[in-house]
Amino acid sequence: MGLAIAASLLLTSCKDNATSAEATSSTEEESVQVESNKGQAYIEDESETPNALRIALGSEDHTTLVTAVEAAEVQNALVNVGPLTVFAPTNAAFDALPEGTVEDLLKPENKEKLAYILTNHVAPSNYPIDMLEKNIKKGRTLYMASGENVEVSRDGEDILVGEARILGTVKASNGWVHIVDAVILPKNK
Amino acid sequence: MKKISSFLSITLLSLLMISCGEDDTKTKQSKTGGAMASNAAERVYVAPGEHDEFYAFISGGYSGNLTVYGLPSGRMLKEIPVFSQFPTSGYGYSEETKPMLNTSFGFVPWGDSHHPDISQTNGETDGRWVFINENNTPRIARISLETFETEEIIEVPHSAGNHSSSFVTENTEYVVAGTRFSVPYPQEDVAIENMKGNFKGPLTFIAVDDEGHMKIDFQLKMPGFNYDLSHPGRGDSHGWFFFTTYNTEEAHTLQEVNASQNDKDFIAAVNWKKIQEYVANGGGEEIDAEYAHNVYDHETHTATSTMMNKVLTVDPRDVEGAVYFMPTPKSPHGCDVDPSGEYIVGNGKLSTDLTVHSFSKMLKAIENKEFDGEAYGIPILNFESTLAGTVKEGGLGPLHTEFDGQGNAYTTFFISSEVVKWKLGTWEVLDRQPSYYSVGHLMIPGGNSRKPEGKYLISMNKITKDRYLPTGPELEHSAQLYDISGDKMELLLDFPTHGEPHYAAGISADKVKANSRKIYRLDENKHEYAALSEDDTKMVRNGNEVHIYMTTVRSHFSPDNLEGIKVGDKVYFHVTNLEQDFDVPHGFAMIGANTSELLIMPGQTKTVTWEPKKEGVWPFYCTDFCSALHQEMQGYVRVSGKNSNVPLKWTLDGE
Repeated sequence: MGLAIAASLLLTSCKDNATSAEATSSTEEESVQVESNKGQAYIEDESETPNALRIALGSEDHTTLVTAVEAAEVQNALVNVGPLTVFAPTNAAFDALPEGTVEDLLKPENKEKLAYILTNHVAPSNYPIDMLEKNIKKGRTLYMASGENVEVSRDGEDILVGEARILGTVKASNGWVHIVDAVILPKNK
Repeated sequence: MKKISSFLSITLLSLLMISCGEDDTKTKQSKTGGAMASNAAERVYVAPGEHDEFYAFISGGYSGNLTVYGLPSGRMLKEIPVFSQFPTSGYGYSEETKPMLNTSFGFVPWGDSHHPDISQTNGETDGRWVFINENNTPRIARISLETFETEEIIEVPHSAGNHSSSFVTENTEYVVAGTRFSVPYPQEDVAIENMKGNFKGPLTFIAVDDEGHMKIDFQLKMPGFNYDLSHPGRGDSHGWFFFTTYNTEEAHTLQEVNASQNDKDFIAAVNWKKIQEYVANGGGEEIDAEYAHNVYDHETHTATSTMMNKVLTVDPRDVEGAVYFMPTPKSPHGCDVDPSGEYIVGNGKLSTDLTVHSFSKMLKAIENKEFDGEAYGIPILNFESTLAGTVKEGGLGPLHTEFDGQGNAYTTFFISSEVVKWKLGTWEVLDRQPSYYSVGHLMIPGGNSRKPEGKYLISMNKITKDRYLPTGPELEHSAQLYDISGDKMELLLDFPTHGEPHYAAGISADKVKANSRKIYRLDENKHEYAALSEDDTKMVRNGNEVHIYMTTVRSHFSPDNLEGIKVGDKVYFHVTNLEQDFDVPHGFAMIGANTSELLIMPGQTKTVTWEPKKEGVWPFYCTDFCSALHQEMQGYVRVSGKNSNVPLKWTLDGE
């Protein structure tokens, strides 16, 4: 899995121009703002390590997540200086939700609810695998940007965040991205 | 006194006459000007997030630094430390940058920066470097326009008051230094009253190589006048350099009176190509000298200072045809060469007129030996023979001239506090605009090159008075931005500057901004004490010196708990910023440190020392709001008694 992500990252860097061009044109339609006032998500970034948003944009396994991020308009949070750790559910993870859930969440009137769910996948601070293992050992929970605390636990060789299993890990310029096999549903909404 | 008052009244009268003569056009202008004035705000408005069209590098004067502004907005973008310690970044405090301020007088923590000049290729600004001179302890610095940091400083030996500097030739072959306060050459203990005929005013030609590195090629041992300003020839006059002089009286006291006795001083015309050839063929005499050459390396992130001990000196009389004097009235200040290289403008600061010499006439006069005596063996050219024209009644107290590339020149007048536009060739005054107040220098981007970008002009004023909200007796200096794209100059904007700007250099942002670095690469970091990952962090004791190899990354130091330090130790914090992301610096501050903070750019290593004096547990922290968890970015150092046995121990998260 880790390899697949790495491969898709390589592809991303080749496709970079195309992706950013698309992103620009879609927002141009939405607003008449000054070009450079769209936010940090649209700054040209030459650093070799992509930020969390660019990682998601470049992954074929995360098109649903990207759609959701755009619908909830939380792109800028993913390129913030951070540090942040993103638990990124795969398309299959979204597919596993009850039928109609994703379509429902993508409706404009549910934007706030969607944003809440997405921020339940982002932990401020750096949590590489060894740090998550330490959290398990020391009994520390993960404080998510939604405001909720999520438990980290071990199941054999795997690490679970809530009920979601970590499938792979990518270093981002502003933190870490862990690919997970389930959506981490918040307790409160 | 009588003479002066009659001179003043004539000028005032002529000024009145001028304003009467222009009444008609003035009213017309103010009608249209009214409409234009109403959109002045629009023309300097740079919308949030948009970029300025020009960079302006404005001398910081007695701040010792160089400030970077955007034009037309007048927004300050950065202050670059050059000749002065700068606690904001740790420049001149950190172990790596202290050598930058080393001189033959030891560590000099302050300087008086003067005249920035941008490197040129084929006579056009090329956006590689900015050079700037230090007047007090003679030095020249080179600032990179990739990193916007000072990369090199060379001291100028046997000199004092390096004012006629740091102008570059049209392919940046040389950057020059001069001597405003002539001195014994070499220095010796003599009676001051022996100055005349004995002191010298060396002009130093510093070669610049392709990487920008500076090396003194030769020093021209000139008579002991005051060398004030200079500019290179360009086009046909490329290969020559022109220096204004004053105090050709060689007065050593009360110069405000004694240096104004001669009706004319000189512009020294130096054929540097001839001297370059002469020294290349073994000419000149190597003499003892003591000067520092300081170079900053972006891979080791460390500066080194090397003391040099020889300089090649050339007696101008030994190289035939290399140096001439052109008489120029009234203690000229600015020495400015037009874009074609034909006209050399002497700004006689005690005059109402400007004297313009012709380069082609100068060559002819040299050929025909049209001399009017000599000074210390250097031929003085006949005044009329080199004179191209005089700009009459320009104003009072001309200081400095720049060009717009459209055949016009713009001169500042200190006493009458105005900028005057005049025409090259006809010498007629076309326009005048007041400045607020008492303008010193002015700058048009590229205005001292072959290709001026004549859209804006900024005047840098010496007196501020009531221009801004009052801030007590000490005020920042004021600058004004004029639009010069039309027939008449239009004042658009007024903004404060930092220190005392003596000059500025401007360039199209397009020539610079694409080259601006975003980060320093960690894999290129060759700092001796760098920790390139958290695994490399450690503490090493060497007698009472303790070296701490520390890293920063959002949002912690590694290590962040340190033990085993003792009272009386000298602690070196070598902090490497592991970030490789644009605009994620970290700071480092230690309680009670007798130095400064560090501000460490991504991929960079910087070192600050701390000598703990008291036992206890002392915190350090990140000073730059780096991230959402910046407030958590801190650590502790345990300091034990002098004779304690606490072992060195460094941890992060208890490990």
